[in-house]
Amino acid sequence: MTFKQYMKRAWPLYVMIVPGIVFVLLFRYYPMYGVVIAFQDFSPAKGFAGSPWIGWANFEFLFLAPEFRRILGNTLIISVSKIVADQLGAIILALLLNEARRILFRRAIQTLIYLPHFLSWIVLGGILLDILSSGGILNQALRSVGVEPQLWLGSNDWFRGAVITSGFWKNVGFSTIVYLAALTAINPVLHEAAAIDGAGRFRRVWHITLPGIRPTIVLLAALSLGDVLQAGFEQILTLYNPAVYRTGDIIDTYVYRVGLIRAQWSLAGAVGLFKSFIGFFLIVLSYWLADRYAGYRIL
Amino acid sequence: MIHDRTWFSRLFDGFNYIFLTGFAILCLLPLVHILAVSLSGRAPATGGFVSLWPIDFTLENYEQVMGSRNFLRSFVISVLRVLSGASLNMLLVILTAYPLSKTPRVFRGRTICIWFFVFAMLFDGGLIPSFFVVRSLGLLNTLGALILPNAVPIFSVILMMNFFRDVPKELEESAFIDGASHWRVLWHIYIPLSLPAIATLTLFSAVNHWNAWFDALIYMTDTANYPMQTFLRTVIVTLDLTQVGINPQDLQRLSDRAIRGAQIIVATVPILVVYPFLQRYFISGIKLGAVKE
Repeated sequence: MTFKQYMKRAWPLYVMIVPGIVFVLLFRYYPMYGVVIAFQDFSPAKGFAGSPWIGWANFEFLFLAPEFRRILGNTLIISVSKIVADQLGAIILALLLNEARRILFRRAIQTLIYLPHFLSWIVLGGILLDILSSGGILNQALRSVGVEPQLWLGSNDWFRGAVITSGFWKNVGFSTIVYLAALTAINPVLHEAAAIDGAGRFRRVWHITLPGIRPTIVLLAALSLGDVLQAGFEQILTLYNPAVYRTGDIIDTYVYRVGLIRAQWSLAGAVGLFKSFIGFFLIVLSYWLADRYAGYRIL
Repeated sequence: MIHDRTWFSRLFDGFNYIFLTGFAILCLLPLVHILAVSLSGRAPATGGFVSLWPIDFTLENYEQVMGSRNFLRSFVISVLRVLSGASLNMLLVILTAYPLSKTPRVFRGRTICIWFFVFAMLFDGGLIPSFFVVRSLGLLNTLGALILPNAVPIFSVILMMNFFRDVPKELEESAFIDGASHWRVLWHIYIPLSLPAIATLTLFSAVNHWNAWFDALIYMTDTANYPMQTFLRTVIVTLDLTQVGINPQDLQRLSDRAIRGAQIIVATVPILVVYPFLQRYFISGIKLGAVKE
């Protein structure tokens, strides 16, 4: 087949893919080139190409700054706690839901628990800011039973807990569905055979149900590795305040404040590049693990 | 399923139903509380006496919110954003996924193209460079800043591509023999067969656009261009109720807490409206993605 013959049939494929390529070039690859600001003293007037180069100075400043250790630590602590809480909670909820035999009951519960997943952090954050405020309903309830009220979102003792709990509230329903889908795929014949052999209900959960969802557990554990630098930017930006920077400030909120509020673009760009770079390897590693241990491929 | 009839098993069932019901109610309580506050009068709402049922029932908070020009303007911007953003997303997802779903023999250069997209998904240029790209393209304060940067959601493209690959090849082969072009094959075979996947991705894209707020916060320097979620942020997070544009005399009769509550509820209603559909496609959407094995 000559090139001309090939193109006679195939040209629409190239026309179709061009818009996608153009958008990705402009809005994904052009910013990748823009990471050079991390090595520059960037000024918007001179642009990516014209700003003066200053080598590794931004990174040297960064790695010595105490703030950097703080935001890295906060990011890791919050994200890992969230992943563990979400996944454990989802596995338990899925197992319990699977044991509830009334289909309508199951549906009703699922419907209620994943509703928060579809609401924005502005809506959920607005609710939380009200409930957790000094005069909010949680403190009112505590006062009525004689417990000292707390400034939940203004206290370094409570802030991370509030972030992890509210993250759980938004996301656990969604993760539960993934496990439930895996649970319903387990062949009921296995349960019947085990029952005939005299295995009770809880032994069957241990020996059949849990091994049945083990690949899903491994898969989600592997994929969550790609998220350990994502502590929940929109959530924390909505909930935090200067009083809790010590325990609640994460990489993304720091980049936003330093870069777009304080206009130290190059310093923020250096933090951003650090995160992109590590994040890239984490995601690649997570996909590799998911393929190796759970047979999962996106392509 | 086999049913155990032992007393322990029944006891467990009882606790299980109670626990799950309790947990689900707990997830919903915050929303119910805000709804109750939003329907309450000034004194009980401000004093924190409202729990799960309105006190001094009033609809005036909603009347004020719905009568606020600033709020309605942000609502209209959000609707425009969802309609244009989701359409653009789906157009590009389908157009990009179709060639990528072909074999390298049919679509020469597929391998390079696929890595071009996958790498763009894995490596992120970051917030600051992205901001300056959007700015240098002159998109600040335009709807384009909200819908163009993420016009090609790459993960959705990959899901769509995987869906297209499962379409039986015999269908298109016979169409090609009859002289059909790729355009006709896409339009008359692939799209009709992929409607469930397309519906799922459209719904998710629409919900994402409705819920997005951070991009407008940085790309809109004039708050008059804020979509609703971003507008709500100024009201809810920075507690700047003057933004709503309610006149001060009215505000004295009402609780700002109740007015915030009313706005939160109004922002939630569209999600509740599409929720039954979301739910229907939800499981299929997850199977499309996360547990594809």
